[in-house]
Amino acid sequence: MYEGIVQELIDEFGRLPGIGPKSAQRIAFHILQTESVDVARLSEILGQIRTRVHFCEICGNVAEQETCSICRDPRRNQTLICVVEEAKDVVAIERTREFRGLYHVLGGAISPIDGIGPDDLRIRQLMQRLADGTVVEVILATDPNLEGEATATYLSRLLTTLKVKVTRLASGLPVGGDLEYADEITLGRAFEGRTVIG
Amino acid sequence: MAIYRDEAVVLRTHKLGEADRICTLLTRNNGKVRAVAKGVRKVGSKFGARLEPFMVADIQFYEGRTLDTISQAETLGSYGAPIVADYALYTTATAMVEAADRLTETDPAQRQYLLLVGALRSLSRGEHSPTLTLDSYLLRALSIAGWAPSFQDCARCGRPGPHARVMVQVGGAVCSDCAPQGAAILDDATRELLIALLAGAWDLTEDVPEQVQKRASGIVAAYAQWHLDRSLRSLDHLDGSQAHTVAAVPQSTPPSVPEPKATA
Ligand SMILES: [Zn+2]
Ligand SMILES: [Zn+2]
Repeated sequence: MYEGIVQELIDEFGRLPGIGPKSAQRIAFHILQTESVDVARLSEILGQIRTRVHFCEICGNVAEQETCSICRDPRRNQTLICVVEEAKDVVAIERTREFRGLYHVLGGAISPIDGIGPDDLRIRQLMQRLADGTVVEVILATDPNLEGEATATYLSRLLTTLKVKVTRLASGLPVGGDLEYADEITLGRAFEGRTVIG
Repeated sequence: MAIYRDEAVVLRTHKLGEADRICTLLTRNNGKVRAVAKGVRKVGSKFGARLEPFMVADIQFYEGRTLDTISQAETLGSYGAPIVADYALYTTATAMVEAADRLTETDPAQRQYLLLVGALRSLSRGEHSPTLTLDSYLLRALSIAGWAPSFQDCARCGRPGPHARVMVQVGGAVCSDCAPQGAAILDDATRELLIALLAGAWDLTEDVPEQVQKRASGIVAAYAQWHLDRSLRSLDHLDGSQAHTVAAVPQSTPPSVPEPKATA
């Protein structure tokens, strides 16, 4: 245990996902020894992040304005929507450079045991986006694990009521895993070989 | 470090750190176990989908100080894929594992294990309707846990039935002497269905009208809710027509109207 504020800093880092007590201590001491301008910049960003970052009104991705840079980009293919669970999945798919359409971020996956049903996700907003018939294909890119598959099952059933092609990323993705851990090549291949499910 | 091996069904999982998961498992011989599956969320994990909810596996554990660690897993029953391909099966199976999680502790629960595995297998094969499978599972799981309902004889005084009222707080059907004012009605068809579901007499559950099934489901949900202190979250998310609403149970008197306030 360290004294007062140093221990507080270690405890705060230790609360972050994926950071154990040893790493927390290492980061805390790194900050103590770092030039004051760098630390000032870090603390400024931390202070502003909650007020400056929003969620895109259209797709739910993180954005610094009312809409995200992807939704604002007229060069993106407006007839394709790729449905993902979280904003970090958008980043993973963008890295592949395989996809030039738009996204829709659900905000999670259906998990009744955690009290999360379809109404708790941005599914209604997705249906609204599909209403005018511009979109011809919806690609379901939820995680290749149980909740992700169940969410895709629910969506594909819901989307059969519309005149839209529904596809699911091809197998080859890590079954049981998180989309964000798929490497660019595997994920890119999964896009190319996506299968029609509805 | 001690190593042990057991059969287990995965009840639920939680993300841990960067790429691990904590799995809550109901084992055949060691009751409920919480164990870490390292690297399971990474590409090419040796576990693959073997540690997803609803999967049954032969598992080798390393005993740890707080949590055990899963070192090997071989699939015994792969019920996840068929269940997840049908949304109604998914929500039903989720309610089952949630109930199993609430009804078991670390002491051995072999009957609960066998009941759950049997129910998941039956569900994945589409043997009966998901609603009936769930209701039968809940009644029998609660019975094993020591809360066996009585739908024939009076649950309070034991007077031989059939009786026309039901009170989940008392444990099932109640005779006219024991039934308090406003106790819900138990009609013949619903009573017979509940008795069949409790006994697993599947041949008696076929061709039962939907209205009767709904009333039985309402009583099962209310019974489970009463004995589990708080309701099962998953019951609120069952697929459309299977809704387990307690409101489906008819009351013998209309909902009470608040008494007019006495004026001072
Ligand atoms: Zn957007
Ligand atoms: Zn009685």
